[in-house]
Amino acid sequence: MANITKQAIAPPIGGPLGKAIVWVDERFPLMATWKGHLSEYYAPKNFNFWYYFGSLAMLVLVMQIVTGIFLTMNYKPDAKLAFASVEYIMRDVTGGWLIRYLHSTGASMFFLVVYLHMMRGLMYGSYRKPRELLWIFGCMIYLCLMAEAFFGYLLPWGQMSYWGAQVIINLFAAIPFIGEDLSVWIRGDFNISDATLNRFFAFHVIAIPLVLLGLVAAHLVALHEVGSNNPDGIEIKKNLSADGTPKDGIPFHPYYTVKDIVGVVVFLAVFSAIVFFAPEMGGYFLEAPNFVPADPLQTPAHIAPVWYFTPFYAMLRAVPSMFGSQFPGVAVMGAATLILFVLPWLDRGKVKSVRYRGPIYKAFLTAFVISFVILGYLGVVPTTVWGQLPKGLPLVGAMDVATLVARVLTLVYFLFFILMPWYTKVDKELPEPERVNY
Amino acid sequence: MKTNRTLFRALLASSLSALVILSTPATAAVAEVALDRAPINLNDQASLQRGAKNFVNYCLNCHNAAYMRYSALTQIGLNEQQIRDNLMFTTDKFGDTMVSALDPKDAKEWFGAQPPDLTLVARVRGADWLYSFLRSFHRDDAAPSGWNNVVFKNVAMPNVLHDLQGTQVLTKVGEKPGHGGQMDPVMKLAVDRAGTMSAAEYDRFVADLVNYLTYMGEPVRAQRTQLGIIVLFFLTIAFFITLWLKHEYWKDVK
Repeated sequence: MANITKQAIAPPIGGPLGKAIVWVDERFPLMATWKGHLSEYYAPKNFNFWYYFGSLAMLVLVMQIVTGIFLTMNYKPDAKLAFASVEYIMRDVTGGWLIRYLHSTGASMFFLVVYLHMMRGLMYGSYRKPRELLWIFGCMIYLCLMAEAFFGYLLPWGQMSYWGAQVIINLFAAIPFIGEDLSVWIRGDFNISDATLNRFFAFHVIAIPLVLLGLVAAHLVALHEVGSNNPDGIEIKKNLSADGTPKDGIPFHPYYTVKDIVGVVVFLAVFSAIVFFAPEMGGYFLEAPNFVPADPLQTPAHIAPVWYFTPFYAMLRAVPSMFGSQFPGVAVMGAATLILFVLPWLDRGKVKSVRYRGPIYKAFLTAFVISFVILGYLGVVPTTVWGQLPKGLPLVGAMDVATLVARVLTLVYFLFFILMPWYTKVDKELPEPERVNY
Repeated sequence: MKTNRTLFRALLASSLSALVILSTPATAAVAEVALDRAPINLNDQASLQRGAKNFVNYCLNCHNAAYMRYSALTQIGLNEQQIRDNLMFTTDKFGDTMVSALDPKDAKEWFGAQPPDLTLVARVRGADWLYSFLRSFHRDDAAPSGWNNVVFKNVAMPNVLHDLQGTQVLTKVGEKPGHGGQMDPVMKLAVDRAGTMSAAEYDRFVADLVNYLTYMGEPVRAQRTQLGIIVLFFLTIAFFITLWLKHEYWKDVK
């Protein structure tokens, strides 16, 4: 049996503060946590630009929670009052406009940061063994974020809120057999109504954030268990110095805390430029039709989801309906997000980082990123944007050009994953270095 | 390392081009008629004050601005007495919002629909749209109100400003080739019977009104941009300080 009496703990600093830390440490692993996660957590020293987005995602999460709390102090989750309460916040609550713009801008920036963070993971193979679970927690965070954004978007109770939610919930109705009942169950009514608004408020302000925070904690614990990957995709733990610390590692604090603060300042400058000079972001962050109160009797001319959902929305529209059901499109859209989960088991490359990958992998990754971006664009605009194909073409027939492009790009998106076991295996990879490039 | 750099550049280029695509306004796809540019200047308090007067005299009879308080008009250089004397006709509570005296039930009967609230109309339609719309009414005997509009076809609203602008008619001035090979008519608006204002005076009147509507859509806008400059100034300084701090610490990393 282990000796349960603790060793006497030496105070880290002198004076009463040192004594206080010892008092706490005898009851709670304060210094151990500090050391394990910050001052003695060794991170590779060769992090580049792409490594800012993890800490930035954390920053935005905190900002969303804090601004969200202040918004709930004046927001009313009631179909008759919701829209007016948002305008009340914008006009009559001291600083309310700033809090609301921070929150609305934060929603879009959260996705921007998370997409870049995921891109980093893709490029440097941060999902590979031993980081599979870390990647899966990340995918779950992404799903939660989508749910959080979807529920939150209904709350201002504008026309786009209402009709956007209508469209998304109707997707669930396309699921065979249970669809209709499922959509009624989600709405709590046969239409989007006060009941829907109330439950979406509950999901947005407490249910999803709780899950999200838990997942973020798990994501961090998993990260600190296995250690951070780096742009070279090699394990720094394989090269230890005499004291047992990685030769290519540096303590996260102070080195990466001071570095990340620079990233935070630059990010906040971009963020503030949007909040203060273009909070609507040309209609992408705050859409013009959402300044009209929700009207169940009047469908807006053009319903499009917010930009961060549009790649998936473009896929949904690209897939033709079968047997009069939209379900194939819905299934493809669902598969596009869920396929991320199995990524660690699709990649058979010997190296992790794109730096040492072969040309086929690089071509696929580039095609994947370009497809995602163009699909995102196509999801914003009407399918007629690029006109129609000339009549009489074999196979495709009369079809919108944009729909055809979206179909091809959807295929590219999936081929990146489906063909991965093959192309990562046959690709001509470069040898990995022994030590990181710094 | 070279191929890695190229890939990085390709990725960067594709994400930048995405930003370019994204920076074109989402609303651009919807506009069908070429709009005139509204001469908006939110720093021109005299214009905003004239616009507020025009709004109260001509719009507030039927439309509400139910999220806008009279007391907020002190932001455009008016004092409480001026607001009470010149702009408040439907209430005597200074903190009240701008609500029309028109009964919504009557409105529905007269126009077929309740006139929309105008507090946020500039954020919905945009200043250029409003500026063009208010100058594009014309006689149309087929329409229930006797009026139609080039910018908003078959709008329920009659031209309440016709005694200022005069009466416009839409006439065919030529033809141009259309989509399906047929000839489409080219239509032009022209004043048929003059109003009390010249064309330039009326444009000025509408410009003031739209300027006010833009202000009312987001009264905090001036304050927002002012604060933004201070915040960005602070962040610029913070950038250099934090960058210096980072370099100091990272000197040890070999």
